[in-house]
Amino acid sequence: MTEMRPQDILTPVPAGLCCKPGGFHIDPVRPVERAVITHGHSDHARAGHGAVLATQETLDIMRLRYGENFAGTTQAVRYGEEIRLGDVTIKFHPAGHVLGSAQIAVSRKDTCIVASGDYKDAPDPTCVPFEVVPCDVFITEATFGLPVFRHGNAADEVKKLLASVALFPERAHLVGAYSLGKAQRVIALIREAGYDAPIYLHGAMEKITRYYESKGIPLGELRPVRGMKKADLAGTITLAPPSATADLWTRRFPDPVTAFASGWMRVRARARQRGVELPLVISDHADWDGLTATIAATGAGEVWVTHGQEDALVHWCKSKGLAARPLDLVGYGDEEETETLPEGEDGAA
Amino acid sequence: MNRFAELLDRLAYEPGRNNKLKLITVYFRDVGDPDRGYALAALTGALSFKHAKPSLIRDLIAERTDPVLFALSYDYVGDLSETVALMWPKAAPLLPRSGGEGSGVGGASVSRVPVSERADAEPPPTLDPSPPRALRVEGRGIAGHNNPPPPTLTEVVTTLRTLGKTEMPGQLARWLDELDETGRWALLKLVTGALRIGISARLAKTAAAALGDKDPHEVELIWPGLIPPYLELFAWLEGRADKPVNRDPAPFRPVMLAHAIEDTDFASLAPADYIAEWKWDGIRVQAVSGQDTRGHVVARLYSRTGEDITGSFPDLLPSLHLPGAIDGELLVLRDGRVQSFNVLQQRLNRKIVSPKLMKDYPIHLRAYDLLGEGGEDLRTLPFAERRARLEAFIRKLDDPRVDLSPTIAFDSWEALTAARADPASAGAGDDADAVEGVMLKRRDALYLPGRPKGQWWKWKRDPHIIDTVLMYAQRGHGKRSSYYSDYTFGVWTATDDGDQLVPVGKAYFGFTDEELLQIDRFVRRNTTEKFGPVRHVVHEPDQGLVLEVAFEGLQRSPRHKSGVAMRFPRINRLRWDKPPREADRLETLEKMLKNEQNKVLETSGDA
Repeated sequence: MTEMRPQDILTPVPAGLCCKPGGFHIDPVRPVERAVITHGHSDHARAGHGAVLATQETLDIMRLRYGENFAGTTQAVRYGEEIRLGDVTIKFHPAGHVLGSAQIAVSRKDTCIVASGDYKDAPDPTCVPFEVVPCDVFITEATFGLPVFRHGNAADEVKKLLASVALFPERAHLVGAYSLGKAQRVIALIREAGYDAPIYLHGAMEKITRYYESKGIPLGELRPVRGMKKADLAGTITLAPPSATADLWTRRFPDPVTAFASGWMRVRARARQRGVELPLVISDHADWDGLTATIAATGAGEVWVTHGQEDALVHWCKSKGLAARPLDLVGYGDEEETETLPEGEDGAA
Repeated sequence: MNRFAELLDRLAYEPGRNNKLKLITVYFRDVGDPDRGYALAALTGALSFKHAKPSLIRDLIAERTDPVLFALSYDYVGDLSETVALMWPKAAPLLPRSGGEGSGVGGASVSRVPVSERADAEPPPTLDPSPPRALRVEGRGIAGHNNPPPPTLTEVVTTLRTLGKTEMPGQLARWLDELDETGRWALLKLVTGALRIGISARLAKTAAAALGDKDPHEVELIWPGLIPPYLELFAWLEGRADKPVNRDPAPFRPVMLAHAIEDTDFASLAPADYIAEWKWDGIRVQAVSGQDTRGHVVARLYSRTGEDITGSFPDLLPSLHLPGAIDGELLVLRDGRVQSFNVLQQRLNRKIVSPKLMKDYPIHLRAYDLLGEGGEDLRTLPFAERRARLEAFIRKLDDPRVDLSPTIAFDSWEALTAARADPASAGAGDDADAVEGVMLKRRDALYLPGRPKGQWWKWKRDPHIIDTVLMYAQRGHGKRSSYYSDYTFGVWTATDDGDQLVPVGKAYFGFTDEELLQIDRFVRRNTTEKFGPVRHVVHEPDQGLVLEVAFEGLQRSPRHKSGVAMRFPRINRLRWDKPPREADRLETLEKMLKNEQNKVLETSGDA
């Protein structure tokens, strides 16, 4: 048999990224026999697969979201652990995206492909930091794959929030943040900035946030916002899923300042479109500088670009003499754009 | 500059007036002279320097970035200044990210391999290092942390005033290197003269006044004599100096406003205490004229908010040759007859006023009050006395472009009601169509700025009213962002598929808070489809909500599907009692439109 080309090791198919020689899919969007999952966001981690391999945290998060029977069988994999599947070996490395997130290195003979899932190289007190994995082919996301996306220091954005809380003590501050990862990171950053008053949570955030705490991530005093009197919420900070910050639910707050923690907040039109009053540029994804520096650091000669602004990143890679192509996988989006509230959250207690 | 940029950034997103005020006042409190003064000048539009052209900004970014990446970015962001502010390459070489390194959790002891560590062995590709930039970066690299501090707002403003055209690109590039993203955005907006952040000059002055707990009118009164960076003003506001004296020969005087009168108010009012005038459908202006220290006549025209609009009406200035301050209505007159507001609109907000425009739309001032004459302040006189002074002043002025707004004789509220119902036979004559109601002013009312109670009343004629059907609803902004408060409404029209509703307008006020809650509830329960922030609300002959809409006028409009556009539409009443099938038809509007057009034709003298 001749040597396998990289695209024979990992191939994009409608169900997701398929590894034929290994007999599995990475982050499949349809039910498959064996799935390797990078992290717990719902566009990557779906219920209904036969066997699921993921980090313990990702498995726990899937269980919290989908219930006990989210998969036929599960296998927890540690960072750095090597596993043989069919003709290939896989190895998990931290992706720095959310708790439990992993890049998956798939190797066959001399060829190593890294599927990085979603990642960020910026510091995050709530998950293991991103690790550069040298490889031949690097599969990168491109959520913020335009040079206008530079996310700066998240701590400065939190300072902006706290300055606003001090300036408007009679108003409530409502921070829209995706309930897995972003919310806990924002809380941890608020604590790092020295704010020690209770922080309030929308009902949809409680389970995941309590899980983060159970994994030893200190988040300070957290209280459910449910049942609070309107007047008592003046001067407080509440975290809520982004979709809740523009709905009936906000009427329980006194003259709320609507903040939104997201990399998209870098672009004014996006913030305005959402009616955000206090945009906070805090992202779970690598920004342009992060993407390009990471690609260079992996030493990969070939780059496959998926979900996001593929064109710009492919162009950049080619201008640096790297082979690059868009993967055209479907079904992955920015989780913030897609997160919807469970039934009954709308306006209920 | 970065602190000013932060303020602009926050203001751009904040919808609430009081919150904006607070943000600006806190800025004035926190930032010292002269920066805050230049900020006040920027917010009130009082800065003047030669603006940079967008092409200059394009050239600067083209030298520094890949054209394909720039095109993709510009396409995505949609705003040149913002794209450039975000894309502008960092002046320092790529450093490892610092601060708050992830501590690692969950027992995994994976040490982070920083991207930069590998990059040391194998330098990461930098973004298009054109030779000059690479040199400069290196220079800075050697200097270590010796980067120059970002420019102050004062430095930017004073430099721009004297900067030669050839020096502009280099200076701008240096500043862009030194500022952060928000700072670059604000700088580019400032130098291109595109600083639109949705706050009025009045609001900025009010925020300054709040710094010293002063009435904004006091600031308004002295404002015309002040120049940036307003050191005297801030000294006074902070109690460190006396109030600056207004030396402007033609200053603005804060205007007095009227309350809308309700039917129930009349019972407590005595007709003999009041003087009545027509309420004209033009724009309220203050025409001020005075002599400067060298004896030259200075004439200015102000809007009701104190904005200097002199430049738009050069044809009126020669008529303001007597020193005095007239409160009156700006109108277009053709052959001695007042034209509709639609006609007047052609003259508003014009930067360039052509001779043809002045000839086709002859401007006119109809005077109803005199606030000052020569050096004398008349505002402390009762209205009846000011009126007598005004009549004498207008006689003396003797100018065809300025006339007196007549009073309406009446001895009972019944008589005034009759006059209001038929202005043509009550003295307004041919100008009756330009009357939008009557004004009632107490004979003994002093000229008090703001809207004092019980002094002036406006009693508008009944507006046009039609019954429409709610078709679409959209979320509001700011405090209303959780409410469906913007409504598109329609009327019936015959089509090949039978009667259909066609949208004729949008309204987002006129209802009470309680009614807003009711409509919001209705919208949420009767949504048929959602398109982003817009909801389609059920609108069938027997299902739906009838909105009684009031409006001031109608115009033909090719931009609207219905072909008509309303002026000043608002929700007048909710007609829960009325089934949608009984709402008005497009023919009704077309009939109204024809009547309006006939009036315009008759009065334009073309017919």
